[in-house]
Amino acid sequence: MKIKSQRDFFSGLLLIFVGAAFAIGATNYNFGAAVRPGPGYFPFGLGIILAILGVIVFVTSFVRHCTDGDPIGSIPWRPLLCVVGAIVFFGVFLPILGFVITFPLMIVLTAFASTEFTWKDALLNALVLTVASYAIFIFGLQLNIPVWPV
Amino acid sequence: MDLVNNLYIGFQTSLSFYNLWYAFIGCALGTLIGVLPGLGPIATIAMLLPSMYTLEPTSALIMLAGIYYGAQYGGSTTAILINVPGEASSIVTALDGYQMARKGRAGTALAVSALGSFFAGTVGTLIVAAFAPPLTALAFKFGAPEYFALMFLGLVGAVVLASGSLVKALAMVVLGLLLGQINTDVISAVPRFSFGIPELMDGINFVVIAMGVFSFGEIIANLGKPAEHREVFVKAVTGLWPSKEDFKKATPAALRGTALGCILGVLPGAGPLLASFTSYTVEKKISKHPEEFGKGAIEGVAAPEAANNAGAQTSFIPMLTLGVPTSAVMALMVGAMTIMGIQPGPTVMTSNPGLFWGLITSMWIGNVMLVILNLPLIGIWIKLLTVPYRFLFPAIMAFCAIGVYTLSNSSFDVYCAAVFAVAGLVFNKLGFEPAPLVLGFVLGPLMEENLRRALLMGRGDWSVFITSPISGTMIVMSFVLIIVTALPSIKKKRQEVFVEE
Repeated sequence: MKIKSQRDFFSGLLLIFVGAAFAIGATNYNFGAAVRPGPGYFPFGLGIILAILGVIVFVTSFVRHCTDGDPIGSIPWRPLLCVVGAIVFFGVFLPILGFVITFPLMIVLTAFASTEFTWKDALLNALVLTVASYAIFIFGLQLNIPVWPV
Repeated sequence: MDLVNNLYIGFQTSLSFYNLWYAFIGCALGTLIGVLPGLGPIATIAMLLPSMYTLEPTSALIMLAGIYYGAQYGGSTTAILINVPGEASSIVTALDGYQMARKGRAGTALAVSALGSFFAGTVGTLIVAAFAPPLTALAFKFGAPEYFALMFLGLVGAVVLASGSLVKALAMVVLGLLLGQINTDVISAVPRFSFGIPELMDGINFVVIAMGVFSFGEIIANLGKPAEHREVFVKAVTGLWPSKEDFKKATPAALRGTALGCILGVLPGAGPLLASFTSYTVEKKISKHPEEFGKGAIEGVAAPEAANNAGAQTSFIPMLTLGVPTSAVMALMVGAMTIMGIQPGPTVMTSNPGLFWGLITSMWIGNVMLVILNLPLIGIWIKLLTVPYRFLFPAIMAFCAIGVYTLSNSSFDVYCAAVFAVAGLVFNKLGFEPAPLVLGFVLGPLMEENLRRALLMGRGDWSVFITSPISGTMIVMSFVLIIVTALPSIKKKRQEVFVEE
């Protein structure tokens, strides 16, 4: 057997896994019966359906005609790590360091995700966005965001 | 007459200075994000939701609606000028619009699209105003089985329209429904899938999912592409006004597009995308010169543009009358209403007539504003396209990060958004369309509740969904829709339409 669509192959596996996980997790809750369905009824059914769909996708990955093997392509590690890192950084440090320190640092970290990164652009971005966000969200909309380091 | 009276109430609300201002902001913002590729109405509305608490509910909804149909206008501008559909529903517009632009008739195409959209929007608003009350009356007859069937139909509609594989789109809906199961069970009060984390017992906020998948995930995927794939350039646009000949060709096409759009927009899940696609096909079928299509036929711009705008208006009907969202954007609107303490559903019209009719009339006002904005400001919108992506994406990130944090002033939501950012990238890489997921997620708890109640009513007999005529019809329609879509001939057509992807 040869995998004709790499995307479908992994999609199928992922769906089977997630569907099964939900279905198994749902067995922790009272299933009930069709007359009086319990909290486990709906998620169990859905988990099974998802897993079945996964099997269909998995099988088609061997059948479907794709001349190039339908590859997933390279994983964009740099943007992935930078963007996700920036979000997590923001979550961790905002309550501690406050908006004025965390926010510009997050912007610089985000900007680093692009291959076109330059310090000049990143710092300019950080400055403009910090001032603008402060004006809109903290001064204008009065949102409850920690501003200064604790 | 009732209609006139109701519209009067509506205009009283929507013509207040305050609401006019928010309608204007919404339209301007909508056009802006429609013009910017990669920043859709879903991400924008998700981004703005947290700041909605401070606004008056009517103004907030008027603004959100403005963003929604403003995006439809703006999306066609880029579709015509640079062959980049800003919105899914303007994919069809790009086919002939861009060809017109290449022949130096960009101004004509833009004007026809704006005028056609305006006309369609006006008709659409009238249809919403005229048919919302009778449909609301019908909505009171809806019991648990009917609601379940309607949501089922809506989800099927969303699946049929998603680009790419049908099975994968189905899987996304089911995954969305499952994510909606992470909560405390409404009936038995048992916390589910929360792993003992208190924040998860209230369920994941849908804004977190929408932002994570659409904004963050898209940014990562976009940055992963080589820069030249994102590069856009603009030629000069000359000669705005269409000739008499153009009008003669475009007018009937726009009329047909409007009619189709009004009808298809009401169908759950169908919305503007299906409307624009169908009307293009119809025009091509009945045209005396079908060979001109795809080479710059003006009918190929007028009809789908009118259709998608009419559909954008009438897709408010199920949301307003039943409280059932039929698309991801509508789901966000329902979310916004809930945030502001309004229970969406048939009672809104009687309990909040100012809001209900104000929103409807503001749609028309919004359409007037959009024509005013779009015709003379086309040049400025184009300038904005030249903002390099390296300045754009940190700004999107910044506003999203603040938005997520302020949802409940906790870092937990921020971490969840990070998880969904990764999920968004995975979906993108594996060829999953994320929109059905959001719709499934929002409908999940509602669907479960109605399913379980319907089964209780029917004493465990699943035939309860078939025996009620309303729900039976909708279930049958759903299955017909699935089967028809899965048929080889339609499947081929569907792939042709989405070949732009």
